[in-house]
Amino acid sequence: MSSTTPATASTTRLQETPVATARRIAVEYAAPHADSVDEQARFPIEAVEALRAAGLLSAYIPEALEGGGVRISDLAAITQALAERCAAVGMIYAMHQIQVACLVHHSNSVPFFRDYLKTISEQQLLLASITSELGVGGSIRTSIAALLPGSALCRLQKNATTISYGDYADSFLATCRRTPEASASDQVLVLLQRSQMQMQPTGQWNTLGMRGTCSPGYCVESDFPAEQCLPVPFGDICTHTMTPFSHILWSACWLGIATDATARARASVRAKARKAASDGPMGDVRLAEATRDLQLMRVNLQACLGEYQTLLDANDLPALSGFDFAIRINNLKTASSELVVKIVAQAMAVTGMAGYRNDTPYSLGRHLRDAHSAAAMIGNDRLYTTNAGLLLMSAGTGGVRPERVPPSNT
Amino acid sequence: MNDRIRSILQASGGLTVDVAALSDTDDLQEAGLKSLATVRIMLALEEAFDFEFPAAMLYRNLFANIASIEQAVGELTA
Repeated sequence: MSSTTPATASTTRLQETPVATARRIAVEYAAPHADSVDEQARFPIEAVEALRAAGLLSAYIPEALEGGGVRISDLAAITQALAERCAAVGMIYAMHQIQVACLVHHSNSVPFFRDYLKTISEQQLLLASITSELGVGGSIRTSIAALLPGSALCRLQKNATTISYGDYADSFLATCRRTPEASASDQVLVLLQRSQMQMQPTGQWNTLGMRGTCSPGYCVESDFPAEQCLPVPFGDICTHTMTPFSHILWSACWLGIATDATARARASVRAKARKAASDGPMGDVRLAEATRDLQLMRVNLQACLGEYQTLLDANDLPALSGFDFAIRINNLKTASSELVVKIVAQAMAVTGMAGYRNDTPYSLGRHLRDAHSAAAMIGNDRLYTTNAGLLLMSAGTGGVRPERVPPSNT
Repeated sequence: MNDRIRSILQASGGLTVDVAALSDTDDLQEAGLKSLATVRIMLALEEAFDFEFPAAMLYRNLFANIASIEQAVGELTA
């Protein structure tokens, strides 16, 4: 893939905050192509190349490894800004950052991975995830495929039901059982580089929404050096990083969809009000309801961001592994996924025909279809069932009373 | 511009007196202008003069009298 010059990345950092850069990229590179990305189910190459040129793919990598050294709250703000213009771009950025975070949090002490993180910064590599697998029913803490040790190289063969932007990523983090004898949940996370892999697509990506994420399934085969296996059990990576990062950044993406839908609804109300009779009704109560729900989405995300950052800063592994945090971070995902659908529906009710059409400044069809992906990526039923089980545990407060109120440091 | 502002105030201001009886510096609140009506006036001004009030300009003194409205609109449409 194309590389960026470090000079471009650092110059941009001096002139603009990362979020301001993301907003500019969203307007200049994501928005003009959002409709064609959706219609053709094509990868949003323009925006991704712009993110590369701005050095934003390495935003979360520490500055010592040539990265942007930003915090997760910045990543959430960037994701939201991108998703406000094109949800596919926001989601691709989110999925990439989740993988980067796994490396930053859990492999940073290993020389091979420190060098690889530097390479990601220098070459603006795009990372994807191979956690899904045929036969495990959507549970990422279950694997069938196992790491096969070899004399020189390890081998992994995995049938993944979906790999987001699999054709466009430079490398992948894949889950698998630690050994052929390991139990289904005894998993590791391995880095696979494209040059080490054969990927056979197993179907097409033709979906209602998020069409630009280009996420068909693949049969993957790879031979790679053992050093590409992360040194931490995947269970810990999942609890401390993959799950919180996923739920936070997905919610930021969905908040972007909801925010833009609400903004369009508001613009349509103002336009109507300006032309209306002087004694007409004042505003639209459904718009008022939509902004109430938007506020709920936003403050839930802010609260979880604050709590997670506090726990990371304190390296509070017991709290990160605890039931209360897990319950709240699952609630973030389920709540956001339901609210985005509700908010877009309210926006459609406000905009009426103008929102229903695909060719007006108030069009909401893409927002509606993209919003409906939220409940299915990880299925909400799975999360509700998990939380129901956690609520039986006597330990903790069941996520009901946070024992720590995080300071507003986001 | 002054005439158009006055006719908007007449139509949407809900004033207790005729706008023609007001000077440019007579207090509009004393003439019956209420907060909700200022929203209608703001929208009508935006529509009539094809601009948008930036949030920073939307303070109470904007609608103190006809002269203050005229000055703001003049600045924003210059």
